[in-house]
Amino acid sequence: MTINKSFEEINEKIRKGTAVVVTAEEVIEIAAAEGLNSAAKKIDVVTTGTFGIMCSSGAFLNFGHTTPKMRMSNITLNDVPAYAGLAAVDCYIGATELKINDSCNQNGPGKFRYGGAHVIEDLVAGKKVTLKAKSYGTDCYPLRELEKDFTLSEMRDAFLFSPRNAYQNYNAGTNTTDKTIYTYMGILKPNMGNINYSSAGQLSPLLNDPYYRTIGIGTRIFLGGGVGYVAWPGTQHAPAEARNERGIPTGGAGTIAAIGNLANMNTEFLRGVSIIGYGTSLAIGIGIPIPILDEEMLYYTTVKDEDIQAPIVDYGTAYPNAEPGNLGYASYAELKSGEVTINGKKIKTAPLSSYSKAKQVAETLKQWIKDGEFELGQPTQTLPSVKDRRGLK
Amino acid sequence: MSIKKRLVLHFSADIVDKPMVFTLVKKYNLVPNILQAEINPEKEGYLVMELEGDKDDVALGLGWLESCGVELSELGERIIWNEEICTHCGACTGICPTEALSMARSEMKVSFNSEKCIACRMCLAACSFGAVQVNF
Repeated sequence: MTINKSFEEINEKIRKGTAVVVTAEEVIEIAAAEGLNSAAKKIDVVTTGTFGIMCSSGAFLNFGHTTPKMRMSNITLNDVPAYAGLAAVDCYIGATELKINDSCNQNGPGKFRYGGAHVIEDLVAGKKVTLKAKSYGTDCYPLRELEKDFTLSEMRDAFLFSPRNAYQNYNAGTNTTDKTIYTYMGILKPNMGNINYSSAGQLSPLLNDPYYRTIGIGTRIFLGGGVGYVAWPGTQHAPAEARNERGIPTGGAGTIAAIGNLANMNTEFLRGVSIIGYGTSLAIGIGIPIPILDEEMLYYTTVKDEDIQAPIVDYGTAYPNAEPGNLGYASYAELKSGEVTINGKKIKTAPLSSYSKAKQVAETLKQWIKDGEFELGQPTQTLPSVKDRRGLK
Repeated sequence: MSIKKRLVLHFSADIVDKPMVFTLVKKYNLVPNILQAEINPEKEGYLVMELEGDKDDVALGLGWLESCGVELSELGERIIWNEEICTHCGACTGICPTEALSMARSEMKVSFNSEKCIACRMCLAACSFGAVQVNF
């Protein structure tokens, strides 16, 4: 029997409390036991989740007007510079911006204890953040200098707006040189001493809808513990990336730009990080609900860790020199086992993103939908994709 | 019965010049394996070591160290893995040389076994969240 459900039909079930919602982990077993068609008929929504370090994150803040008024042209928050070239009292604080006078990598790999991501975490935690602003003064905005403590609730507006989050798939990093290197993929020991990877694999949002059939501008998502939206295709969104026979990209591929109110988020799912030798960044929990519109969507959500491959990339030479190619592929099932074998050599693996938290995101989102608190947002326009889809025969 | 203990020894400046390790070997028949040391003349310092020997000899040796004014603590008490801060990503598990920090594969959660820890501090570098603390 052909299955055809609309967003509205599923939302109607959510409102009535009759929608069947399972996580991207649970759907695998259900489909294996009952078959795709019957599972697609039964299940309305599959929830996904990821929690990891996502560069290209940041927040727009508006402080409200001062008395007398000020056109802030130079802003720091807890001594971390924010971009003020927007208007009078707006700014953008980026996750990787460092505190003024950080010694960076001048004395060996830097510790980068505090940056923009930590400012955002502090705001979400309800802590006071010190704003220092300067201005050259105008007739309409005479105030030239301001120092004031703000909490999130005292701000006029504050929303996370990340240009690129939730990478569909990602490189696993290793190092072929004879020196330890410090990268955004973590500490990589010499002579391929270890491999670090960063994806929730089978739970990861865009891997459960690999051609973005249901995800686009306006998709309502779990973002940092609160409700957010897909605002746009993320920067570097690359649907034409090579794909395997299931349609799963074998490299980075899709991304989303995500937006959401900081006031609804919590530090359980939004944390500033200090990456040794690299800098600061923001770890965020993101979950996207996948509506089971038809059997094909159900099929995509049954993707397992063994079906997803990550390219193993040399961050010692190839990556920094922008040389194409990789050292082979490993599935997330192999990477998650703690060890992979390359050319007969056993190499220890470690994740940089938290699978257990990804699961928590998917479970939380499932509960929200079951409780009728969260309806699906039908995208006004889906993310750019490719013409021909592989997968269900 | 032979036992092994991993200890942190703190020396004040006035006793730092005493031949402590020598005495532990010679007088108490113990086998010390020094893991880390920060010892300078006329300055307070510390020694992290694994001490192996007969149970009674270990007790006597440690008693003697304390009588000399050495402040003793188990290594495990000085290394704190803060589960509240930890996000269970597992980045530390790829870098920890002794598997003191390891991952339960079934649920992908990190756990810390202080008995395996050698206080190499690699996890402090590997953890982006600051979940591990070493207090010496």
